Amino acid sequence: MEYFLQQLINGVTLGAIYGLIAIGYTMVYGIIGMINFAHGEVYMIGAFISIIAFIVFGILGITFIPLALMAVLLSAMVFTAAYGWTVERIAYRPLRGSFRMAPLISAIGMSLFLQNYVQLAQGARVKPLQPVVTGGFEFFQGGSFTVRLSYIQIIIVVLTVVLMVGFSLLIQRTALGRAQRACEQDMGMAALVGVDVDRTISLTFVMGAVLAAVAGLLVTLYYGVIDFFIGFLAGVKAFTAAVLGGIGSLPGAMLGGILIGLIEAFWSGYFTVEYKDVAVFVVLVLTLIFKPTGLLGKPDIEKV
Amino acid sequence: MDARALLKDAGLAAFVAFALAFPMVGFQTIDVSGSHGITVVTRFGDVAIAVALVFIGRLALSLLQNRAMRLPILVLSAALAVGLPLLTTSYPVITWLSVIATAVIAVRAAWLVFDIADVVGRDEGNHLRDATAFIGRWFGPVLVVFAVLFPFLPMTSRYILDLGILVLTYVMLGWGLNVVVGLAGLLDLGYVAFYAVGAYSYAIIAQTFGWSFWVCLPLAGLFAAFFGVILGFPVLRLRGDYLAIVTLGFGEIIRIILLNWSSFSGGPNGISGVPRPSFLGFPFTANPPEGTRAFHQLFGLDFAPEHRIVFLYYLILALALVTNIFTLRIRKLPIGRAWEALREDEVACRALGINPTNTKLTAFAIGAMFAGFAGAFFATRQGFISPESFSFLESAVILAIVVLDGMGSQIGVVLAAVLLIGIPEFFRELAQFRMLAFGAAMVGIMIWRPRGLLAHRDPSIHLPKAVGGGA
Repeated sequence: MEYFLQQLINGVTLGAIYGLIAIGYTMVYGIIGMINFAHGEVYMIGAFISIIAFIVFGILGITFIPLALMAVLLSAMVFTAAYGWTVERIAYRPLRGSFRMAPLISAIGMSLFLQNYVQLAQGARVKPLQPVVTGGFEFFQGGSFTVRLSYIQIIIVVLTVVLMVGFSLLIQRTALGRAQRACEQDMGMAALVGVDVDRTISLTFVMGAVLAAVAGLLVTLYYGVIDFFIGFLAGVKAFTAAVLGGIGSLPGAMLGGILIGLIEAFWSGYFTVEYKDVAVFVVLVLTLIFKPTGLLGKPDIEKV
Repeated sequence: MDARALLKDAGLAAFVAFALAFPMVGFQTIDVSGSHGITVVTRFGDVAIAVALVFIGRLALSLLQNRAMRLPILVLSAALAVGLPLLTTSYPVITWLSVIATAVIAVRAAWLVFDIADVVGRDEGNHLRDATAFIGRWFGPVLVVFAVLFPFLPMTSRYILDLGILVLTYVMLGWGLNVVVGLAGLLDLGYVAFYAVGAYSYAIIAQTFGWSFWVCLPLAGLFAAFFGVILGFPVLRLRGDYLAIVTLGFGEIIRIILLNWSSFSGGPNGISGVPRPSFLGFPFTANPPEGTRAFHQLFGLDFAPEHRIVFLYYLILALALVTNIFTLRIRKLPIGRAWEALREDEVACRALGINPTNTKLTAFAIGAMFAGFAGAFFATRQGFISPESFSFLESAVILAIVVLDGMGSQIGVVLAAVLLIGIPEFFRELAQFRMLAFGAAMVGIMIWRPRGLLAHRDPSIHLPKAVGGGA
């Protein structure tokens, strides 16, 4: 029971991070119907910017931890957003309306480029970060197994929930959200009624990148090590989460993320750690075969 | 555009460049010696140069809209592209970047100055079709003759021959993947998985049963094709982009399993001592076992280790040519036509009674089979295989080869393989930039020439020209 609870805590934490990345996939898919393969790399860049920002602010003498966290969070969001915007502008916008495979291949190229760019700019070594937020609660201390809920896990889940609520409101209540939903339904018609389609799509990528940056920061805090290759697996898993939840659906992405996190945690806890990635891929394949619309998705009708 | 708008536009580009470069280029994380921590050093000079480059480049590209400015910009940028490497003695990254940037501007300027777009555009279809037809008719056979004579050319050293084998392996993989991506239009990101299946099935079968290469080769192909069917059957009903990510996942699954199932695949240590191929049963060894004869004894030659390399070269050449001929032939069969039709319009194909799943499945299986053959060859050539050789990066390289050639052209694959595999071997010091360049090239090709550098993707079959009057 204690062990189960511990895996539950770990799984939800991990799932929250996947969910944040998955939102980026799901929003982009919803609006332009393509998989942004480079999104995992944007998340990786977010993690790198976070770790650099931590060290820079540390050198600048900001040692009050909440202030440092806020400063790092802001800089990671801003600079990663620039990457998200540029990726869309360079690799996807010129290809809107090209043949079907073109944006996919371009996205893979972008992903390779970003990975190697970071490797060249920052080195291939693993980057460690001293623990910033330490401590936590412990339950069932006397028993055979102590369940730990660390502060960082609480921060991750709370921040994710806050962001989720914020973004849902953004999509439902603001003019930008309305424009996004309009573009999702019919881009040509949206343009006719005065929606700036280019700008809306750009902002969608920026929003995805901002959330990915948060995920990158949280992962850096949680695990304490990153390298230039983390974007690949995290990207595939987050995409799996988006598909599982129903691609195009925001709550679906979050639900899928949590489910994937739980699957991974329980698989590692009860079966083998080595095959946890295989378990996630199998979930992806099974979802696509049996319920390609996902848990909360709308049926996808292919238009001629 | 007036000067202010131009400057504003260039300034905006420079600002974005600054936002991109400042955190990632401006600070470099380095290890602190003696502890586990890291610290940063600053490289603001590089950021400044990068931002300046973007500003000037953007300005120059905008100025090209103005006819009067074209010639001066062409002269200036061409002079810089040539002059910069001569002026600086060392070659840091920034110099290379500047050279590339100025070269791009120069090409763009030349394009406009000499109205190349007009010349090409006037009757692009005919010109290109004639050109590709000409290349296909004459260049192909010349290339084959060259490839056959290659081991005996005076310039061919053992190193060059090894490189030739490597390039041919990728040519074969490219041709195999071309069936899936180029003909059937299915984006397969896990192609290397089938390559791995072929390599491991060859290694394990040959080691366990001691069968010869020629028995194991078809088996390896069969196994790979079988895996293709297993994977393809459930997922080929999906949309193209889902297929891409599922194949990506499949590639990873195969790699993870090979890495962890030690009793079967040797885990991270891989399998060593994979049996070498023999020439119709005559081994390439100096001292063959009692009662058998070696290759050199059979022909009364002196023993030379090069014999095996030359044999391997011809082996992969033959395998690659078989792949090529097979592909060219099957394109003309109904199934090949169906692949190309599916690529162009799936809904129309359904309406015409083509079963999309089965048709895709054959393409998938045939592509996988060729990867399996190539994998068996890889295993026997290396004598050692490990999961490291079958990472996603390999899939990406093969895909880059296919994409660069424009998906569907056979000669293009050869040129792309030479360009991407052969040439970089000579610039080892730039090896770290290789994948960076691949990625950038994939994006660039998709934007400027989505049909490939050389090729012009043709439907295999045309309506005959109208024969006047009724028919």
